[in-house]
Amino acid sequence: MKHLLLIALLLPLTARAADYMLTIKDHQFQPTELTVPSGTKIKLIVENQDATPEEFDSHALNREKVIAGHSTATIYIGPLTPGRYPFIGEFHQTTAQGVIVAQ
Amino acid sequence: MFGTAIIVFREVLEASIIIGILAAATRSIPGSRRWLVAGLLAGLVGSGLVAASTDAIGSLANGIGQEIFNAIVLGIAVLMLAWHNIWMSSHGAALAANAKLVGRDIRDGNSECSVLLVIVGLAVLREGSETVLFLYGIAASNDGGQSSMMLGGMVGMLAGIAVGYTIYAGLLRVPMRWFFAATGILVLLLAAGMASQAAHFLIQADLLPSLAAPLWDTSAVLPESGLPGMLLRSLIGYDSRPAGMQIVFYLTALIAIFIGMKWAARRPRQATMQK
Repeated sequence: MKHLLLIALLLPLTARAADYMLTIKDHQFQPTELTVPSGTKIKLIVENQDATPEEFDSHALNREKVIAGHSTATIYIGPLTPGRYPFIGEFHQTTAQGVIVAQ
Repeated sequence: MFGTAIIVFREVLEASIIIGILAAATRSIPGSRRWLVAGLLAGLVGSGLVAASTDAIGSLANGIGQEIFNAIVLGIAVLMLAWHNIWMSSHGAALAANAKLVGRDIRDGNSECSVLLVIVGLAVLREGSETVLFLYGIAASNDGGQSSMMLGGMVGMLAGIAVGYTIYAGLLRVPMRWFFAATGILVLLLAAGMASQAAHFLIQADLLPSLAAPLWDTSAVLPESGLPGMLLRSLIGYDSRPAGMQIVFYLTALIAIFIGMKWAARRPRQATMQK
């Protein structure tokens, strides 16, 4: 997984088309808005760079997953209909907010 | 502080409701209280262990270890709740009459109590581990305001326990002739809701197809972030945007356990006649 991540980070163009990256740093998501294609299953990779755990939580996507500090999690979402799907880091929801836009 | 209270409340709520219903359902089984407390303690220890190994569990099976772990825990809980309900169906009449359990029934009573221990332990373990992680995160951060957040956590926890206790106390007031039907239906719905949640985790791990996701969307009318939605989620497995596969699991568990209960309710009479 680490290797895959590294490759995905270094060579974004060669990363698998269905993989999308989110990073958590200082209890904030980066990017805060992620555009994905609609109508297809998506593999979302969330890297938590903070020392504390976070919970990726989205009622809109019907997903929740705890991500330990300094670790990476895989979450499968979709297929989505076009629209905006907000998500939060439940453990720091005042700062950790983002939205997935399906087009 | 308010946000912290709500998060902890939500995590504690489900375990609290399960314990409240089971404590009421098994009140006339000798020794059930001891087993319930043992389950609670085992669950608390377990949630600490699970929280500490979140990283290890999460990285199993290419990053979907957490989903598999949750689905297994939920799957076992569903089986145990099914066992419990079917056992209650065959012994409910005797327990209602306050008859002393004899012979084979005492051994049955003991295995029923160990089932109780497992269910309570798993419920506390699953919800508890997330609470532990959340509170650990607060304690470890240096943002300030930790004591007010910890206070919020305590308030949320007490509120969650209060709901479970209210359900327990409410069930004890149900007249005896309705009591076993009432607890039976509640346990049945708990089990079906957990089966749906297990399916949810397997879909999230991409191990099961979602079959229409979502099948419906009632989040505008009854959001899970609101108190009614939260309560219904814990009580009957309400999901505002369920995948089709979750409904398949929900109905399968519901129907299978119901048939088991009907079957068990008929059998002991024949067994008694044979004696």
